[in-house]
Amino acid sequence: MSKETFRNTELIQASLKKRYAREKRFQLYGQLAVLAGFAFLFILLFDIVSKGTPAFTQKYLLVDVHFSADKLGVAPGAGEEELSRANYSGVIKASLREMFPDVSSRSDKRRLYRMVSIGAEYDLRDQVLSDPGLIGQRKDVWLLAHSEAASYLKGQVSRESPEAERRVKDVQMDWLDQLRDDGRTRSAFNTLFFLEGDSREPELAGIRAALQGSFFTLLVTFLLAFPVGVFAAVYLEEFAPRNRITDLIEININNLAAVPSIVFGLLGLAVFINFFELPRSAPLVGGIVLSLMTLPTIIITSRAAIQAVSPSIREAALGVGASKLQTVFHHVLPVAMPGILTGSIIGMAQALGESAPLLMIGMVAFIMDSPASVTDPATVLPVQIFLWADSPERGFTEKTSAAIMVLMGFLILMNALAIYLRKRFETK
Amino acid sequence: MNANDSTAYGAVPEEAVGLDLNDHTAMDDYQTIGEPLVDNAKMSARDVNVFYADKHAIMDVSLDIGENQVLAMIGPSGCGKSTFLRSLNRMNDIIPICRVSGNIALDGEDIYASNQDTVLLRARVGMVFQKPNPFPKSIYENVAYGPRIHGLAHSKAEMDEIVEQSLRRASLWDEVKDVLDKPGTGLSGGQQQRLCIARAIAVSPEVILMDEPCSALDPIATARIEELIDELKERFTIAIVTHSMQQAARVSQRTAYFHLGKLIEVGDTKQIFTMPRHELTENYITGRFG
Repeated sequence: MSKETFRNTELIQASLKKRYAREKRFQLYGQLAVLAGFAFLFILLFDIVSKGTPAFTQKYLLVDVHFSADKLGVAPGAGEEELSRANYSGVIKASLREMFPDVSSRSDKRRLYRMVSIGAEYDLRDQVLSDPGLIGQRKDVWLLAHSEAASYLKGQVSRESPEAERRVKDVQMDWLDQLRDDGRTRSAFNTLFFLEGDSREPELAGIRAALQGSFFTLLVTFLLAFPVGVFAAVYLEEFAPRNRITDLIEININNLAAVPSIVFGLLGLAVFINFFELPRSAPLVGGIVLSLMTLPTIIITSRAAIQAVSPSIREAALGVGASKLQTVFHHVLPVAMPGILTGSIIGMAQALGESAPLLMIGMVAFIMDSPASVTDPATVLPVQIFLWADSPERGFTEKTSAAIMVLMGFLILMNALAIYLRKRFETK
Repeated sequence: MNANDSTAYGAVPEEAVGLDLNDHTAMDDYQTIGEPLVDNAKMSARDVNVFYADKHAIMDVSLDIGENQVLAMIGPSGCGKSTFLRSLNRMNDIIPICRVSGNIALDGEDIYASNQDTVLLRARVGMVFQKPNPFPKSIYENVAYGPRIHGLAHSKAEMDEIVEQSLRRASLWDEVKDVLDKPGTGLSGGQQQRLCIARAIAVSPEVILMDEPCSALDPIATARIEELIDELKERFTIAIVTHSMQQAARVSQRTAYFHLGKLIEVGDTKQIFTMPRHELTENYITGRFG
């Protein structure tokens, strides 16, 4: 071994250490980056889930209700119409006063009444309507607690905080403690959250109307964007000549995918509502706007899926004398379909989470009733979240997080479906 | 434009790419030696030129394919034999940059005439490709597809009959008769290629073009396909492109030798392999290049 080679080995060994150290350092940076990403994700999820989970339970107070005809303001043997207009809130107030006879001052009385949700009146009305024999009797009834009372029962407000800064006052806390000690409070799954529309009262607000609005909007989006997108992709990929015009179209489609979504909202407002005079706040217009937004995604992914189909399948079909159209519809599209569906589902998931363009076309309304058709005023889940996040009441904070959880659930579901389809496609 | 400008419909056959034509300008006026024309021609090509954009892939080729004969086309990679084969059923049409001039006739009718329908042409001139390419559907559907789109069967029973007969002729029936509803892609390579042959003959073509049908197969599967080609020539006219000279010698009655886009020599297979007349042919079949 010559001296020269010996020195080279030395040099290489010396540099090796440095190189390996650099590699280690780089790996460490990478791991830190991944860790940071996960940490942020975890914090976000933890925050949302911990805030949102209480919204899925509802608190009830057991109140000894005296259905006196006097308080209800109805004559004995009153008809249904009279019963439905009776003074149920008066009955509840009187019953509460009877349970807490020490309450005397006006402001304390108001605080006492504020422990029960105004939704309880309608419960009572329904009970009386289904059984008019209740009039004149006493009965223990579970009444829906007001969101402020519920927040104390859920442990979200503590006595230690200064009384002036909280909505639930000390006296109310005393009453609630007393009720709880008597076993007159109860938790139940919050079915109202899934069955009701928006409300001014947090304990009565639900996402049903927003879900239905999202459903109708996405339905319109899918019905428009899927066929148009797939056929555009098929035409561009299989039939269109390659020339300047198709090149221009291709560039524009790619650019369209990067247009800020609010621009589509402005377009929807100007064209569909102001020019074509379609109804404002309707899922129809929302769906059209979102389909414009989703179209580029669907076209681009569909073209990629069609391109990925092996040329040998086309040759085989053409070789037995299939026409171009038969080749495309019998052989190319079925093979490309999982890819096309994957792209479409991801596009639809984008549309489901979109709020900005819908604000522009007025889908930001306060919607109590679920829309029954695509032309009824409606809102969608992300906009509902936006509305609740904007509300000052404490009860809406948990509703906001709960609605985000529902939205994320749907998004995860749609993405899982996309992944499933892609996996099935790959193993073929 | 260059040779990479292809659509989703398959690239330009690779042999066209390596073609360097400047080397052989001296051969511009080359006249094919041997007997390119026959009396009972099923298909006949006259002065055919094929271009991929500005690449001249086939030069002035005139060649007949005799009825119920097997014509083998051999030659080194890039000689244009696959390109010539694909121009016989206008499969080249799907490559936008490909242009064909000259005259190719099937039963005396010009297949490049403006009123010639390519769908009808490809029903009459079937094709088997280099790589087995069954549809990702059941074995039955693979064979039934052609007859179905052409409306050849009027009942389920008739279709079953066509499928069985085609699979029998492709000597695949005994192996697959119990698994007709299984996907065709699940068969072995040799079986897949026989399935592709069954698919091609199911529409009862008059001519079958085979583009190196055994290049992806093992020797046993190859032997079965060769046997099959021998049987098929009773009913069909066959043109086969092959890289294996033994295969050409075994299955064909006539052999055509292509070199750099030109048809150098055509003749009786026995004569080509025992007494080649052109130096290039001799060099190729004796293995001096190619």
